[in-house]
Amino acid sequence: MADIDLSCVGKTFAGTPALQDITTRFDDGEFVALLGPSGCGKTTLLRILAGFEVPSHGRLRIGTREMANAQTGANLPPEARNIGFVFQSYALWPHMPVRRNVSYPLEIRKLSKAEIAKQTNAALASTGLVDYADRMPSDLSGGQRQRVALARCLVSDPCAVLLDEPLANLDVALRATMQGVFTDFHKRTGATMVYVTHDQAEAMAMADRIAVMDQGRIQQFDTPQNLYERPKNRFVAEFVGHGAVVPVQELKSGGNAQQARILGAEVTVQSANQEAQVSHVCLRPENLTITETGDLRSKVTRITYVGGKYLLEAVTDCGARLFAETRARIEVGTQLGLTITTPWAFLED
Amino acid sequence: MFAAQNNGGSRSEARLLSAILVVAICLTLAPVLRLFVEGVTYQGNPSLSLMREVLAQPSTLSALKHSLVTAGFGTLVSLVLGSAFAFLVALTDLRAKAALVFCLMIPMMIPPQITALSWVQIMGPSSALLKTLGIAPPLGAPQPLYSPEGIIFLLGIQHMSIIFLTLRAGLRSVPQDVVEAARISGAKGLRIWWQVVLPLTLPSLGAGTAITFVTALGNFGIPAMLGIPAGYATLPTLVYQKLAGMGTTVLAEVSVLAMLIGAVAVAGILLQRLLQTRQKLHLVASTSRPLALPLGKARLTVEILLWALISAILVLPMFGLLATSLIPAYGVPLGLDTISLASWQEVLFRQPATSRAFTNSFGLAVGVSLFLLVICLPLAWLMERRKTRLTRLFDSLLDLPYALPGVVLSIAMILLLIRLPFTDATLYGTIWIIFLAYIARFFAVMFRPVQASLKQFDPAMDEAAQSVGASLYQRLRDVIFPLSAPAAAAGAILVFLTAFNELTVSALLWSSGTETLGVVIFNLDDSGETGMASALAMTIVLVVIVFMALIQLLSSRFPKGVVPWQT
Ligand SMILES: Nc1ncnc2c1ncn2[C@@H]1O[C@H](COP(=O)(O)OP(=O)(O)OP(=O)(O)O)[C@@H](O)[C@H]1O
Ligand SMILES: [Mg+2]
Repeated sequence: MADIDLSCVGKTFAGTPALQDITTRFDDGEFVALLGPSGCGKTTLLRILAGFEVPSHGRLRIGTREMANAQTGANLPPEARNIGFVFQSYALWPHMPVRRNVSYPLEIRKLSKAEIAKQTNAALASTGLVDYADRMPSDLSGGQRQRVALARCLVSDPCAVLLDEPLANLDVALRATMQGVFTDFHKRTGATMVYVTHDQAEAMAMADRIAVMDQGRIQQFDTPQNLYERPKNRFVAEFVGHGAVVPVQELKSGGNAQQARILGAEVTVQSANQEAQVSHVCLRPENLTITETGDLRSKVTRITYVGGKYLLEAVTDCGARLFAETRARIEVGTQLGLTITTPWAFLED
Repeated sequence: MFAAQNNGGSRSEARLLSAILVVAICLTLAPVLRLFVEGVTYQGNPSLSLMREVLAQPSTLSALKHSLVTAGFGTLVSLVLGSAFAFLVALTDLRAKAALVFCLMIPMMIPPQITALSWVQIMGPSSALLKTLGIAPPLGAPQPLYSPEGIIFLLGIQHMSIIFLTLRAGLRSVPQDVVEAARISGAKGLRIWWQVVLPLTLPSLGAGTAITFVTALGNFGIPAMLGIPAGYATLPTLVYQKLAGMGTTVLAEVSVLAMLIGAVAVAGILLQRLLQTRQKLHLVASTSRPLALPLGKARLTVEILLWALISAILVLPMFGLLATSLIPAYGVPLGLDTISLASWQEVLFRQPATSRAFTNSFGLAVGVSLFLLVICLPLAWLMERRKTRLTRLFDSLLDLPYALPGVVLSIAMILLLIRLPFTDATLYGTIWIIFLAYIARFFAVMFRPVQASLKQFDPAMDEAAQSVGASLYQRLRDVIFPLSAPAAAAGAILVFLTAFNELTVSALLWSSGTETLGVVIFNLDDSGETGMASALAMTIVLVVIVFMALIQLLSSRFPKGVVPWQT
């Protein structure tokens, strides 16, 4: 059980920065997701937490112990950190059968034979691997291998669990089951979990808070709801959900609401506080209503069925690209009118 | 910069690395350094005049040329034979693979002198075998093997096992899915081999080629047996001839020659490293199945060809050896009336030196291979994980004791150990000087295959163990050792077999009571007892076969992949 505290953590690989100035705190028992495009430094951050990489700058503390400090050069080796890690590439030991792969962490902790067997069986059962216990890793499918890796991580009782895209290779149904397994595990143990994923829905469904990363920096670290509804900047607005970012043309603060002119239309906007300067708004499908007479004229350029409804991509007369939702199918090329309702506004520098 | 190198390292790793590195440097490089000092000083003062003088001699230059030609082309022959066998045995569905591998190890088991002896006996005008068959060339006809081509051919056969063993280990770690991915991308036939399989096996092929070249360069037995009668001297035989002719007064001159050989060997190794630097291969999905190619209808043809080749280059000379050991005197044809076991009886039961030599050689071979196993595994792993300037330097120099011809390493050991520093004690004349010389000599034989296998190791395997709290020792024992076990076992077996039959180092270090099998065979051969020498050589081959059969029988108790010839 431990909180994780990073201050000014940075990492350079041969002069190229992969992580820059990460200062943040993951609370004790929190489920944190790291979300971001490929190459943004998620794996690097995770490896610094685990101790496989030494930060080039800054300090890392987990619980009461200082794990790494670039200034003093102190760095606690991974084996002394009591941290679980699930690898992107499984990293199963090919010379050990499944059961031994899973029981190995317990052997290291010198548990009794009976205790090892009991906990191993429980871990195998909770990942649905009982029937494969005696196989070699090379005789398993990709998804089964990842489940072995999960079982190996679940079996010991780490104070923090780091997962690098653990569900990327599983089918949708199994992924939902495994998400359940993780949530249960998290509830049962109360361990701090840091979970890297590409999948926004997965991050939203499981995490208490999500850190959205880009180019080696955390752009916003917030609850899923806040990320979606109150993005801090253009990157987060566009990356999370289907957000279109358009500039605010004119801002009028009056009374208890801010009025802004967006794409030529007068709209009430929300922002962090009434006095704040804002420069852009984030238009999500919820903020757009399709009407014949809407004042924002636009043309449908693409339509995608997303189950129960359609996602429309439309281009306004002045060239902005927007996303809207409709229950009825609308042909590509149709002219529409759109009405904007209370979008989120923020300041972009 | 320095911190960036210690990725995820712990202090225990750093400590262990420096401890083992110090031991390894003392064991391998100290004699070489001592020798170097001898070469660049003249009567205690630094001087290069001797070096200039020796390097300007025409005999030095022609010997250098001969060494390069024979070692280079010999390596080429080994490469062709060894890699053809390795590809077929490792990747296809040939039958009786265990027997094939076993046969391909035989050239390693036979000391080079005996290889040369046996081939001379099946080809020359006085060949017992050819005489028996009635197809011997007329007396006075030239022996075709007394030529550069003969040396190249036998060097190639002698060392093809090295290529075979290292390449096979590399090939077996190529996962099926990389080839499947290439097929899906539209690659066909040779293109897959050229662009996918070959690059993946280049580290092991490169390591095997380098060690083969270096071994061929330092080989003494074959150029001595074939080159001296033809007046064709390589650097090692030149050293031997100088030492034999003028004794230790030419020690300084000879150490300059030794340094020249060392320089050529280092150049070879650096070239290999240059070709390999831009490749850092981690097979990500290394848990997947190894590559396998069915031969289909061609299988029987390939098998017949393969076995015919093996009989021609391996079994035939063994018959030559057997024939010589069974005739009562040299030059007599073998027949039912002339067959005699006298040589066998004499050498095995009457000569007391023989049983002593068996004990000495066996003890040395076991001791050296175990010691090297214990040192090289952690060292190779730590050097791969934590690259510093010192480890890189050591990496480029550790082949030196193996590249130096055995006689020169012996001289270096004598110089170093004749009087131990700070004491009056001497190791000269004891078995320990041979033991230490073997450690230095065979270090690279053990280290290189282990290193090549660890280069292909996905670091996440180790990190996974680290993250569940396994200490350095536990990770070495449970993850790294078992995964590199096939390469380590292959290395240990190479060390065992070469140490068991070693001659050139022990030839100058033995004294009464510490003679090795190689020395006994050499002494017998030298004193004209070719029959007895052949009988003892045959016995050694038999002993080794029994030893291997024992491992085979116990193989079910070993972890998977420890027995190198088991497929
Ligand atoms: N060992 C290394 N040497 C040099 N550069 C590296 C190394 N490891 C990572 N990088 C670089 O650091 C950056 C961040 O990499 P990282 O693996 O953290 O990305 P990621 O967010 O995990 O991406 P993905 O989602 O694709 O896994 C990348 O630009 C990558 O090229
Ligand atoms: Mg990643």
